[in-house]
Amino acid sequence: MPAKGATTIRPEAPVQEPRFAEGPAAGGVRVDGVSFSYRTRRGAVQALAGMSLRAAPGELVAVVGPSGCGKSTLLELLCGLRAPDAGRVQAEPAVYMPQRDLLLPWSSALDNAALPLLVRGVGRARARSRAQPLFAQLGLGGFETAMPHELSGGMRQRVAFLRTLLAGKPVLALDEPFAALDALTRAQTQGWLADALAREPRTVVLVTHDVEEAVVLGDRVIAMSPRPGRDLAEVAVALPRPRSRTDPAVVRLRERALEALA
Amino acid sequence: MIRALALGLLLLAGWEAYAQLSGIDDFILPAPTEVAAALYADRGLLWRNFEVTAAEVLLGIGVAVTAGVACAVAIHLSATLRRTAYPLLVASQTIPIVIVAPLLVAWLGYDLAPKLAIVGLVCFFPVTVTTLDGLAAADPDLRKLMRTLDSSRLQTLRRVEAPGALPALFSGARIAVAVAVIGAVLAEQAGSSDGLGHLILQAIPQFQTARAYAAVVVLSAFAIALFAGLRMAERRLLPWAHRAEGAVT
Repeated sequence: MPAKGATTIRPEAPVQEPRFAEGPAAGGVRVDGVSFSYRTRRGAVQALAGMSLRAAPGELVAVVGPSGCGKSTLLELLCGLRAPDAGRVQAEPAVYMPQRDLLLPWSSALDNAALPLLVRGVGRARARSRAQPLFAQLGLGGFETAMPHELSGGMRQRVAFLRTLLAGKPVLALDEPFAALDALTRAQTQGWLADALAREPRTVVLVTHDVEEAVVLGDRVIAMSPRPGRDLAEVAVALPRPRSRTDPAVVRLRERALEALA
Repeated sequence: MIRALALGLLLLAGWEAYAQLSGIDDFILPAPTEVAAALYADRGLLWRNFEVTAAEVLLGIGVAVTAGVACAVAIHLSATLRRTAYPLLVASQTIPIVIVAPLLVAWLGYDLAPKLAIVGLVCFFPVTVTTLDGLAAADPDLRKLMRTLDSSRLQTLRRVEAPGALPALFSGARIAVAVAVIGAVLAEQAGSSDGLGHLILQAIPQFQTARAYAAVVVLSAFAIALFAGLRMAERRLLPWAHRAEGAVT
């Protein structure tokens, strides 16, 4: 149901926004030599073979690889949705953000963002008042009561990202969160995400097939092999933020990552 | 809508012409105008019996929706029930209700109870099946997200699966409405002292064929009204289910 009366419209974000009450302790991720196979009717399909990955607390690690290289499987292992056949996954509690926004069409933007709180049994009014201040931070001020179909693709993705943040987990597992957006919207949404993470540091594992996106957003970029996926190379991105995709340093690193994938 | 109406009128005109020109006895096939006349002349009688049948239909649908939703949720939540109760449920639908109806009347008596049982029996299956499919239709990625939000089985049901299954429930209820009327008439003919089914059964041996047809008209109109009412309620209550998917960019 729309959050009539429970929200106020704030066209401008105040300078200091309240932080999350439960302020997540930033946590790390460690994946060591992990293998995983899907059992299908035609036999086992190996998705991952000896994949390793580290993410220090507060770090954003971008994982790039060709389609079907097991990137999504990696995130599922990270979130504890599956157990590896071999190897080890050590990660603090992680929340999964699927590729499509998957907002609930019967709930307002505010209630969609507040879903993790509602699920935990937080009362509707409290959940809304916790989610509400974040709307302005992500440029969604005034759209709290809008229904998902009334929002643009980029806005829907931002609401989905807010929902991910409000889960209050130290680790975010983002599965190609910008893949469905057009180029212009994608660049903007990446900017919103980077800003939000600067305010609200989390350990992020971002899976993408877009090398440029990986370099623009990541602290490190991990290149994955085709299926069965494993880590091929690592590119450290020690560049100040915000980064521009046309910056020569960014372009150079993108070429390096592309070489690693080839 | 207008075309459907035009076709209906054309068919009625054909029927009228045949009934008038062929010289067929009007207790074998009354003309539409005679049915209309009976509809007017017997309006008191029809209304009294309609009230009985309508109550059976509405209460029966209520029973069916309640039982159907409860069954669907139970089967959805329990893999054991899905394996054990679901096949039995499907099997229950192969029982010919025409034969069971008199048995139920003999068992439950001549009042409301056997009618509710029969209407409920024919209606609850479509409700159960469509609702069950609706509950299972939640997006797998959304389920994964809910699991990483530490959502309990019941919270996922409440926040994601149940609202998502409402359009399917409405579809099931619309199917149920159509068969509920047939079920009620069948139940009345199996043993009753009033209701439109009883009226039809009495009118035929009395050569009041036009009255029997008039009762059929009332029954059809009632089913159509219920169907349309459900459609409207659904559009009103679930506006999100009637929008084209995809974001506005």
